[in-house]
Amino acid sequence: MKFPGFLLLLAGWGIVLAALALLGGSASRAAFVLAGIGVEILGLIVVIRAHPAPRGEDE
Amino acid sequence: MTPESGPILSDLSAAVCLIFIFLVPLAGAGLALINTGLGRARSAAHLMMSSLCAASIAAVVYFVWGFALQGFAGGPAHVVTLGGKQWSWIAAQPLFLRHLTLNGSPGSLVALLGMMTVGLAALIPLGSGADRWRLSATCASTALLAGVTYPVFAHWAWGGGWLAQLGENYGLGRGFVDAGGSGTIQAVGGLTALSIAWILGPRRGKYTTEAMPTAIPGHNSTFVVLGCFLAMAGWWGLNSAGAVLFAGAGPGEAVLVAINTTLCAAASALMAAVITGVRFSKPDLSLTANGWIGGLAASSAACVFVRPPEAAAIGMVAGTLVTFSVEWFELRMWVDDPGGAISAHAMGGLWGVLAVGVIARVPPAGPHSTGDSPGQWLAQVVGLATLIGFVLPLAYGLNWVLNRVHPQRVVAEGERQGMDLHELGAGAYPEFMTHGDDFSQR
Repeated sequence: MKFPGFLLLLAGWGIVLAALALLGGSASRAAFVLAGIGVEILGLIVVIRAHPAPRGEDE
Repeated sequence: MTPESGPILSDLSAAVCLIFIFLVPLAGAGLALINTGLGRARSAAHLMMSSLCAASIAAVVYFVWGFALQGFAGGPAHVVTLGGKQWSWIAAQPLFLRHLTLNGSPGSLVALLGMMTVGLAALIPLGSGADRWRLSATCASTALLAGVTYPVFAHWAWGGGWLAQLGENYGLGRGFVDAGGSGTIQAVGGLTALSIAWILGPRRGKYTTEAMPTAIPGHNSTFVVLGCFLAMAGWWGLNSAGAVLFAGAGPGEAVLVAINTTLCAAASALMAAVITGVRFSKPDLSLTANGWIGGLAASSAACVFVRPPEAAAIGMVAGTLVTFSVEWFELRMWVDDPGGAISAHAMGGLWGVLAVGVIARVPPAGPHSTGDSPGQWLAQVVGLATLIGFVLPLAYGLNWVLNRVHPQRVVAEGERQGMDLHELGAGAYPEFMTHGDDFSQR
């Protein structure tokens, strides 16, 4: 699940770039930038959950 | 490509800026001491050796290749047109600093500062990879940081790239503002540190079979505190040079920058001390030191755009963030970060970037002009999104590929023996008795 998580991070960044390049209104641009951040947070959660708890040892 | 031109600095500004830049290596010395002090005694010489090698490789790679990608505002760059606007994606400077007049011109000062700060960024991941990161892998990873990750983001933020152009292209304040490098140095280094910690995995013995973390205290708190004070001197130079070169500040405003930097670090450290004192009944030195560094990291972006009380407020938030995130990374994310580098530099740096939009008043033209820049907060949020959505995957991807080609973690026997003996053949403290568990048979 690491790979999809990092893809989501990049996708969120892509939404931010698209909002800047394609949207004209300041309100809609801000809304889509924040939506991109939301997708990035989702990606971070997936990446974090993809790193499992360590199988530790008692040293 | 855009034609070459550049900002103009007076002779006085250039001379003062040069002195500020000469202070920056003190920050590197501070980070090296902190990372070493918070690591184990049996890996102390290895960490110092890694610090020296990382700083050296970063400087050489930046000289050969990195500055060519970073460039400076007004310098030649590759641009693409998106939505009718020109976006500068990457600089087009020649390799080996060729065609750059090394006489105190703005471009040469940016190159010199970059050579220092890329080494500073390279020292940050050493804190999260302590006690298990092979020296050869450290060198290779540093080359990737200095040759790809750092210069790309530095161009966007400092080199007249598309983040810096957000103001003129889309009316978002002055564009992305990061005077002293909260994002460009600290967050880039801190997010690389997170990637390294994920790829290496935790130290042997850090987690029990029930996945509960155990305490592995640092071996020398004196190093840690000395490192904090050295780092502050380095940060004075770093933030002041950045304010002159990237925010249009005059040399005299270095006083405001130094006061803000000091207050931010002090408020952050005090916050960490109070929080740990209340929660654990006694203040914790390592977390207070991490708070101090987190405050310094957070101070950089807005250092010349806030008044002292606001700098203290930024520091208080940074101290709170650092203190709780250290525990969160260790307990919830199972990230073993011996030096607290991720919390101090990534969290502190990201907060510093955001603080420009939330707390600072960025004038439209420069620190001397008056008024606020509308939309500045959105430019900072776009910068934050770029750090998390682009820099983190890039740093992880590059180090993941490196790990497939050249495993980055030391073998189990080397970790048990200690990095000093395993990789260097000699310890940092040959006259001291070694801990019994270092050589016990298993």
